[in-house]
Amino acid sequence: MSVATNTEQQKQEPGKGMKFTGAAASYIDDRTSASVAVKTLGRKIFPDHWSFMLGEVALYSFVVILITGTFLTFFYDPSMTKVEYEGSYLPLKGVEMAIAYHTALDLSFDIRGGLLMRQAHHWAALLFIAAIGLHMLRVFFTGAFRKPRELNWVIGFVLFVLAMAEGFTGYSLPDDLLSGNGLRIIDGMVKAFPVIGVWISYLLFGDEFPGDQVIPRLYILHIMLLPAILIATLALHMVLLVVNKHTQFAGPGRTNDNVVGSPVMPTFAAKAGGFFFIVFGVIMLMASTFTINPIWNYGPYDPSPVGAGTQPDWYIGFADGALRLIPPGWETVWFGYTWAWGVLVPTLLLIVFLAAVFLYPFFEAWVTGDKREHHIAQRPRNAPTRTGIGAAGVTFYGVLWAAASSDLIATHFRMSIEGVITFLQVLLIAGPILAHIIAKRTCLALQRKDREIALHGYESGRIVRLPGGEYIEVHEQLDEHERWKLLDYEEYTPLPVRPNEKGKITVGRRLRSAASNWFFEDRVSPVSQKELEKQPH
Amino acid sequence: MTSPKHQRRGRRHPLAGIALLVLGLFVTGGAYSATTAGIASAQEAPVPSASLVEDGERLFLANCASCHGTNSEGTEAGPSLIGVGALSVEFQVGTGRMPMAASGPQAEKKPVQFTQPQIDAMGAYVQALAPGPTLPDPRYYAGDGDAAVGAELFRINCAMCHNVAGAGGALTEGKWAPAVVDVEPIHVYAAMVTGPQNMPVFSDMNLSPEDKNDIITYLQYVENNPSVGGFSLGSIGPVAEGLFVWIIGLGVLIAITIWLTAKAH
Amino acid sequence: MAKEPEEHGDAYESDAYESYEPEPGSALERSDAPQNPGLPDEEHRITDKDPKAARTAERRIAMFFGLSVVGSIFATVAYVIFPIIPGDMTSVRLNNGLIGLGITLGLLGIGFGAVYWAKNLMSDEEMIEERHPTRGDDDTREKASQIFTDANKESGFTRRSLVRNSLIGALLATPIPAVVLFRDLAPAASPTEKMKQTMWDQGVRLTRDPSGEPIRAADVTIGSAFHVIPEGLKETKSGKLEEKAKAAVLLMRLPIEDLNASEERRDWSYQGIVAYSKICTHVGCPVALYEQHTHHLLCPCHQSQFDVSNECEVIFGPAARPLPQLPITVDEAGYLVAQSDFTEPVGPSFWEREL
Repeated sequence: MSVATNTEQQKQEPGKGMKFTGAAASYIDDRTSASVAVKTLGRKIFPDHWSFMLGEVALYSFVVILITGTFLTFFYDPSMTKVEYEGSYLPLKGVEMAIAYHTALDLSFDIRGGLLMRQAHHWAALLFIAAIGLHMLRVFFTGAFRKPRELNWVIGFVLFVLAMAEGFTGYSLPDDLLSGNGLRIIDGMVKAFPVIGVWISYLLFGDEFPGDQVIPRLYILHIMLLPAILIATLALHMVLLVVNKHTQFAGPGRTNDNVVGSPVMPTFAAKAGGFFFIVFGVIMLMASTFTINPIWNYGPYDPSPVGAGTQPDWYIGFADGALRLIPPGWETVWFGYTWAWGVLVPTLLLIVFLAAVFLYPFFEAWVTGDKREHHIAQRPRNAPTRTGIGAAGVTFYGVLWAAASSDLIATHFRMSIEGVITFLQVLLIAGPILAHIIAKRTCLALQRKDREIALHGYESGRIVRLPGGEYIEVHEQLDEHERWKLLDYEEYTPLPVRPNEKGKITVGRRLRSAASNWFFEDRVSPVSQKELEKQPH
Repeated sequence: MTSPKHQRRGRRHPLAGIALLVLGLFVTGGAYSATTAGIASAQEAPVPSASLVEDGERLFLANCASCHGTNSEGTEAGPSLIGVGALSVEFQVGTGRMPMAASGPQAEKKPVQFTQPQIDAMGAYVQALAPGPTLPDPRYYAGDGDAAVGAELFRINCAMCHNVAGAGGALTEGKWAPAVVDVEPIHVYAAMVTGPQNMPVFSDMNLSPEDKNDIITYLQYVENNPSVGGFSLGSIGPVAEGLFVWIIGLGVLIAITIWLTAKAH
Repeated sequence: MAKEPEEHGDAYESDAYESYEPEPGSALERSDAPQNPGLPDEEHRITDKDPKAARTAERRIAMFFGLSVVGSIFATVAYVIFPIIPGDMTSVRLNNGLIGLGITLGLLGIGFGAVYWAKNLMSDEEMIEERHPTRGDDDTREKASQIFTDANKESGFTRRSLVRNSLIGALLATPIPAVVLFRDLAPAASPTEKMKQTMWDQGVRLTRDPSGEPIRAADVTIGSAFHVIPEGLKETKSGKLEEKAKAAVLLMRLPIEDLNASEERRDWSYQGIVAYSKICTHVGCPVALYEQHTHHLLCPCHQSQFDVSNECEVIFGPAARPLPQLPITVDEAGYLVAQSDFTEPVGPSFWEREL
């Protein structure tokens, strides 16, 4: 950055302090060549759309987590050594508990602002993962994972998994009854693993469950290893965001070869910076007015008691739900070894589901064979089969998630647990299929409606009587800028089965053709220039 | 917390209005829970007199016999009441569970249908049929025991059905364990002794009367003290918290992003 | 399929990207696509047109920032004048709420002020930035590839295959010690033997959780449920929770006619009193929701249900095996005691369970 303020700026009187800022900038640039970064990034363009802010919600929640978490570490001690409670919460006085739980209680009852920080940390964590989930759905449904962004989808997926791991390790740290029973469930699941299960559990807990090692070990994962990996991955995510530039929705003046929006300095920086404070503020508002994870109700971990309504935090709910939906008796003994299918099947199911999410961009690229770069975010209706697949996935996840609260659904809606679970078992299989069909058909219908509106305008509600006595409703044409949003999308055709260079029809080619037909057999073509011209305006 | 010093300050403070509002909410909330918890039925165990038993029999025949049989021997619609004792009557009728409004998986708590003397009379009648548990000495449900012992006993014996904060939970085949906060201490006591419906019995040999008083003390502590972190979201755990963050937390933020990205006029 | 990338060609036509012609796959070429009408005219805001409105906006933004200062000061003051009084829950709630609301105001003031500033006073003219293909241009790629070629030539990485392969082998071998190092995360003894034993043994009394008082058979009235730990657990100094995690038992008394015991388990109960492991055979939650009339036991974690009258067989939910039964009897003093340890491992299934 150059210190030399040009004459035009001087005339406009940029305000006081400019001289000092200029000198400071010069000082820094002389030693860092920071001007290069400012020149390339300072006027980068970011498009405006509310759904593009979801990733920011996640990012800012994470910053809040780092800030509040650091405060917590100054007071929390992860030791599992047993002591007698001497804090100020009456119903636990004299109870034997781990130091970890004791210090978590002290944070809540004896340190000013400690409960606030605990609650802000936990609310921010729930918000963080929820925002990541919603951000992923936005990217999925608008096709923003297509080339060149497949790798960033993969990195984002890794972030999602890391966030869940961070959440689970943190949830266990207070060593209260609720999280202890959560660890017990993890222990039970791990032990079911063929060959290595028992040993993995034994090494993790440092002895038989619960042992006196697991909390300090989870603590190190939670505050050092996982955050380090998370921050590095996050940095990579952001670098690729800058390299790829942001997608934008179709609109007048917006093409695949440009970005239209506001520059980083000053508008986007002010909006994004302000939004950080807003996200932080909303989290603090939740932390100051709504209780989260009242660990004092649960008591210290003890393997004998349990509370009704024992559930994990929301993001582990889908795994808990998968466990609940398995019918009785799924276990076999082969050659003396026990196969606990009741645990293995849901675990495999989740791995397959997550793998499908991970690999989807590559699957779609394979189906379309499209190697071009795509920077226009699609409206979900303009990719009907993908939207259907997404709807099926959301339904599948949603059913598993609902299953994790089957007991609360039963009591709140006065149904039987057995009825709720049986219904969800059926829905887990039928729901995604139905959701796919409904979503795909809805998309095609919306596309047809868009086509109608683009060609004939929208119904104005004004009835006019023609000289001949005939009544018609006047259709109002869109202006060309509005209309362009309905016109700008691409059409794909189903791929016929064709022999390869050696003249052979391989299984791969058959599969690809079948997938392509499933994707593109039903489609609505975008309006062409000829059709537009044919229409009387 | 409402020292004179603070009040003086508060008047001058620009945010005194908000502070006062918040304070007011806490005070009314606290007063409300204090009054509701304070009403403990502390009547003496009735001395069964012949006329009381006769009154009870008349009430019984008019209101209960259709299900429990004219001699309390039980029918298909209702169990036998021989030997259930006056304490069962106090619990079932005193919480409005009996008479049942409609058949269902279990009797629900609802507005009480009888006056206390009528309930006592029916209790005396059932007690006269065959001896059973009677009303305990009020000092065993006075709520002046050890809340820490009570909390531990509650976690071990009660929380698996009634939830750690006493918010209730699900049982099999459409039954449920009801919430146990804001229940009169005598009824908490009676439930432990008599084991109503599918609840197991916690006799004095399992949980001594002092133990029961400790549990009641803990429940009263939960009722009388505010949820320290703010509103409690029903004390039903992470499900409510997850729904809250998705619907309210993300909802508010999305509303703000829409404002933020909209063009100004 | 169409070979020419239609309508996306503009940027790629420049010389720098000569070799870049990505396949459109099954995307349809559109020869008569409508034309992009271009950016619409900028609409001006009130603050652009009316200096008075701009000044109002300026004052409003300053008010937001001012409120933020007020909030931060309020939080600081609240920290001091609403201290936590030990044991007073209302004071904790006030401390939490008021500090929090002050900080909230401090943050939201800045946030809304900055966004309002950006929306109303900063330029809202849309700007355009050109995109270029993400890949480097042909020249850069050529140079990069040349660097690899030169590096390979100078090092002989592909030519000296012995050196290369032995390096790969060495790199693969280095992490092996790291794997071994983690062995001592847990003690040397194999866990499987420990998992098959509990503290229960012949003559060990059943005692109440948490007091450790022994239980007389006569104390267990019909319909009762007792939460039980083995005698001596309360006094155990080390490994207490590990033992409890295996030995926790639920004791129930059913009307004797409701109990259907198989031949070999006929004398495992005493006068309708039965003892079952509390640890779920699914993934290990404590199963303790006992219904005294249906004799169902429900696990609150995953809703497995066990029928106590039929040796705790699974009647619903994901569990695969019945809860293990603890054989009990009565000693000379009338107290309930175990006849032996459990006859099978308690808790969730594991690989070596049947060995």
